[in-house]
Amino acid sequence: MGRKYLLGNEAIAHACMESGVDFVSGYPGTPSSEVIDVLRVQQDRTYYVEWSVNEKVALENALSAAWCGVRALCTMKHVGLNVAADPLMTSAYTGVTAGLVIMSADDPFAHSSQNEQDTRCYAHFARIPCLDPASIQEAHDMIPEAFRLSEEFGLPVLFRPTTRICHSKGDVELGEPVAGLRKGEFHKDPRQYVVIPAHTRILHKKLNEKQSGIRKRLVERGLNRHSIKGKTAIIASGIGFTYVQELLPEGVSFMKIGAYPIDDDWLRDFVQKHEKILVVEELAPEVEEAVRQVSGIVAVLGKKNGYGSYDGELSPFAVAEIMEKAGFLKKNPYIKGEPVQNLPPRPPILCAGCLHRGAFYAIKKVFKDAIYPSDIGCYTLGLQLGVVDTTICMGAAITVASGISHAGDPRDIVCTIGDSTFLHTGIQGLLNAVYNGANITVVILDNRITAMTGHQPNPNSGMTASGVESPAVSLDAICRSCGVSFVESVNPYDITGMVTVLQDAKKRKGVKVIIAKQMCVISARRAGIKRGSYQVNPEICTGCGTCVRFGCPAIEFEDEKARINDLCSGCAVCAQLCPVGAIAREGKK
Amino acid sequence: MSKSYNILIVGIGGQGTILASNILGEACLIEGRHVKGAETHGMAQRGGSVESHIRIDGMFGPLITPGTANLLISFDLLEALRYSHYVKKGGKMVVNRHLVLPTSVFTQNLRAITKDEIIIALKTHSLCLLDADKMADDAGSALSQNVVMLGAASPSIPLKPESLLDAVRRLVPKKTIDINVKAFELGRVYGGTC
Repeated sequence: MGRKYLLGNEAIAHACMESGVDFVSGYPGTPSSEVIDVLRVQQDRTYYVEWSVNEKVALENALSAAWCGVRALCTMKHVGLNVAADPLMTSAYTGVTAGLVIMSADDPFAHSSQNEQDTRCYAHFARIPCLDPASIQEAHDMIPEAFRLSEEFGLPVLFRPTTRICHSKGDVELGEPVAGLRKGEFHKDPRQYVVIPAHTRILHKKLNEKQSGIRKRLVERGLNRHSIKGKTAIIASGIGFTYVQELLPEGVSFMKIGAYPIDDDWLRDFVQKHEKILVVEELAPEVEEAVRQVSGIVAVLGKKNGYGSYDGELSPFAVAEIMEKAGFLKKNPYIKGEPVQNLPPRPPILCAGCLHRGAFYAIKKVFKDAIYPSDIGCYTLGLQLGVVDTTICMGAAITVASGISHAGDPRDIVCTIGDSTFLHTGIQGLLNAVYNGANITVVILDNRITAMTGHQPNPNSGMTASGVESPAVSLDAICRSCGVSFVESVNPYDITGMVTVLQDAKKRKGVKVIIAKQMCVISARRAGIKRGSYQVNPEICTGCGTCVRFGCPAIEFEDEKARINDLCSGCAVCAQLCPVGAIAREGKK
Repeated sequence: MSKSYNILIVGIGGQGTILASNILGEACLIEGRHVKGAETHGMAQRGGSVESHIRIDGMFGPLITPGTANLLISFDLLEALRYSHYVKKGGKMVVNRHLVLPTSVFTQNLRAITKDEIIIALKTHSLCLLDADKMADDAGSALSQNVVMLGAASPSIPLKPESLLDAVRRLVPKKTIDINVKAFELGRVYGGTC
């Protein structure tokens, strides 16, 4: 197939096709989303592909497919693995018939995440193999390896690229795609698939018996390897390996860890040939702990004794600094490079014309002194507008709201949650809130798409991952069937209408749901919807700043007057806010 | 340290930095050279400051470290200044003379930095300023601004102009090939003069 310049996730997706994958499921999450986004748009694909409603659902689907003898891939971000942890832990007991690769993409530095957890710890916990690539090419090459290992040991295999693999680019040598033509067939075997205590005790023993074979095989396959050059050594994993590689001095032994569990006999043999070992890895000290287990009197330098950090991501500079401190480099060849200070920041911001901004404005207008639990999506950016007080994990807006309600805080509680997040893990929270009599207002921000991660369809979009039409779920009916009697749909571009409904909700007790419906402005633009644009009449504008405080990137303020730039998408919300009527559609006076 | 030619492309989410980096990567493939890079995806793209790292002949990690970029291509004046510490001594900057003030300036009432202040601060490096918006319009579409920028930077990039043009043809939408080729050429002529 030759060489291509690809994003890490594109290379991973291609490797899945080269491995003849038959079944693909997952839930979007940065930095993992592009793998399925690539797989779902392939013409003439022979595999099944779905966006599932959450990661637990995705993994259970993929697991049972692998039980039926078809190769399955399941993708998610690291925190998605928490949602899928329940099936994950026991899938190691039941095992699989055909390969099951679970891609859980880690995000050191939390570029786009709520925490910096390390998927390698889950692999350790579940006692399943984990592959940890150091480059895009290696990520690509590890996928067929992961399927083979999964089939050899009859276990799911975790594949753990990080943001710097998924969202890096490089020239990658690709193989030919292979049609996945296996036909699934479920063979009944209750001792394998029904984990009652009598069965599961035996399955646990079998899982433990597999461990030493796995450790040896990972070395035999070259996933863990080393070269001995002297009396001191560096052991590195993940992206940190490439940073060390670029700086490695002559005469220093080098070990690469690309897979777990690490074979302790092999590791001991290497460590004992040296006087000093430096371990370089991101996040948890997984490798370091293994090295310390076998080090005896050999000096081990790692994050446990101040060589490296438990948080954040590695950079070439940080690695050089660690190598200098540990005596492997005379001097750090890089400079820290301080950026120019006091420049106005440019954080991500809700788009011009985003429905969320109008909804947040209306919420703040009606509920001035309220508590605002929120959730995970573009609308978390409502933090900048002062309407996001909490965000913990997917689906936690409604549960946090009901918890605060029962804790006795007398203020109004208004929580916000997106449509995809509501369908992911929000429904249970709503059901619980109604059942237990919470006093909360829930605003579902319904833009009909999973926008933040790149516009993936969900059950509310009217189509599946592969573009096949499917009936869009009724959020209204879901809420009513959870027992909510006050369910109103509003257009968040119509501030007066939304304010009226919110005022009504404010007067009532119990759980009230307001569905703020409007298409994502990016989807609207792609669909060719044109609403024109708005302008400020400088003769009428008094420079009061009401529209500027609305926080839309299309509104600027110059020489004591507001001005609308070419980002305007014509939502018309600012025109409704202007107290003197200075904003009107372009071309109209 | 390996001998890679490091290019940092910066701008604002939505300005087309990713296409520009793809064109560079494709041109490397055409010449049979290794290339590594990294870029911003996800929520950070929503109108935020974005960066693409490209290391031509890169063999190891994808990231450019501060003080090691041979070339900075910036689609916005303020972003050029924000990332200027990445440029090495004697490195080059190719910067669009366009300034989008961040919304934070208006909502938090911060002091608005001016174009002239930024340009003075940037002049500590070898600076090529251009009006890419206007040149893109001249080429036939405002959307070709990113290709204008690449064209203007191309005299400094160790890739043949034919390879870059070939990559442009391969990667832009078919209907816009002529416009983008013109955009590249307009940019390259200008870039040759500064």
